[in-house]
Amino acid sequence: MSTRTIIIDAMRRVASEQKKTLAPLEDHTQLLDIGLDSLCFAILVARLEEALSVDPFGLSDEVELPVTLADFVRFYEKALV
Amino acid sequence: MTVPRLADIARTIVADRDGALDLGPGSRGCASGATVFGNAGHSLARRSVLIATRTQRAAARAMVDLDGLVGRMTIAPPDLTHQDLASVLADAAVETIVTDDPAAYAGLTPSVVALGSSTATAGDARRDHDTQWVMLTSGTSGRAKIVAHTLAALTGAISPVRAVDPGAVWATFYDIRRYGGLQIFLRAILGGTGLVVGSEGEPIGDHLRRLGAAGVTAVSGTPSHWRRVLMSRERGAMAPATIRLSGEIADQIILDGLRTAYPRARVSHAYASTEAGVGFAVDDGLEGFPARLIDEPTASLAMKVIAGTLRIRSNRAATGYIGQAAASGGMTTLADDDGFIDTGDMVERRGGRCYFTGRRGGIINVGGLKVNPEEVEAVINAHAAVRMSLVKARRNPLTGAIVVADVVLSDGGCDEDATRTAIVEDCRHRLERHKVPVLVRFVPALALTPAGKISRTDG
Repeated sequence: MSTRTIIIDAMRRVASEQKKTLAPLEDHTQLLDIGLDSLCFAILVARLEEALSVDPFGLSDEVELPVTLADFVRFYEKALV
Repeated sequence: MTVPRLADIARTIVADRDGALDLGPGSRGCASGATVFGNAGHSLARRSVLIATRTQRAAARAMVDLDGLVGRMTIAPPDLTHQDLASVLADAAVETIVTDDPAAYAGLTPSVVALGSSTATAGDARRDHDTQWVMLTSGTSGRAKIVAHTLAALTGAISPVRAVDPGAVWATFYDIRRYGGLQIFLRAILGGTGLVVGSEGEPIGDHLRRLGAAGVTAVSGTPSHWRRVLMSRERGAMAPATIRLSGEIADQIILDGLRTAYPRARVSHAYASTEAGVGFAVDDGLEGFPARLIDEPTASLAMKVIAGTLRIRSNRAATGYIGQAAASGGMTTLADDDGFIDTGDMVERRGGRCYFTGRRGGIINVGGLKVNPEEVEAVINAHAAVRMSLVKARRNPLTGAIVVADVVLSDGGCDEDATRTAIVEDCRHRLERHKVPVLVRFVPALALTPAGKISRTDG
């Protein structure tokens, strides 16, 4: 499964558990407009760390936080290399 | 230190999404000494008053007008629940509620004075009293704690009014009805600068564009507030010269993120709490704080670490708790015999630097919301298949921490996935959402202390 698919599946699961409605998930969709609040993102990042064994936010040289969905996927892909 | 009455010095313009409010004397449209409450101002003198407003602007107006006039001014936070309202009215012995929403408080025992409904006519309301300022702080469970301050203590960390910088504009992501936001409000009033506040339900992008348009020069918020800013495409809409973080542990990730996004800004993180007041600010861009702050006490700040938690003695500390937290309606002092307040924040010293490692008793801070692990454990332990559980914090880049649980099953043979789902479902039904464990891990055993309690030291 691609990183993108894993991330989008995880987003859908968090949204459904937290009773949030997701915006259409396009590459250019801004994370803050996706329909997930801070707690949802916190859960998402924790789940992805379990699934992918990586926390790109914790890497010291990564200081540019992702803004769009495509940024977010790239953020994880880079950390997985 | 004597602090002038806010009404005598205020010239701040407070702006939110819906407009701006001039707190200066000209805007009050009346002689010095008058109040926006008109003749009601007389009856408010020396009273115990609750400020409960829909907007921060209205609260700002009321605080400026009531300082020096009323005996006790309790400031209701924006999310005060009906349950908490009843206990606050009783504990703070509230006689009058000042509000921009009088219908919401009709039928209660205290009288209600509507803010802004009357034109000021009384020119002789005398502000000759040192008003007690009272704030609410969220407890970990049950009732909010009610904390009393003097204006001198609240403003103790704000340097004396300097030559006013006409270009300075402060903004805060906090609500000014909480300690962190009130600091910025008072800073703006004492410094004679503008202040931009948030509006309920405003998207972060709109808020940032508004801050940019207002030309804000200094902005404060919690690390969680700032993480949201850094995730917004509009983060470049403002260019503050000063960035301030407080209220949660500022880790290296958020400090580095801010330095990258705002290379010209001076980024400082402050340690403050409603009870202990403003402790200190650090602006070297590194997490933690220099150990010399502990080793070299000053007249205004002394700190020590006892049993792993930080204790602070400062002239900015609260006077005490009032109401139920106090013995019998009086005031409980917060400090020990030497004047130190136990902050409950755990500190670890490594070389010349001290680092915050969390809260004593394992209290977990999820994006500013506190979680008592024992409350969550009680829900998990109620499950038939569970022998015991340990709920603890796990570091998280978005909310600082999240809640996770280690669970020991009483019967090794049960279906783990089904049990995990059932535990989480139970938690969702019975707990607020930030208290529900994000990860549930099954472990063979939990470490116990010599006293037979679950060990919480390795959280």
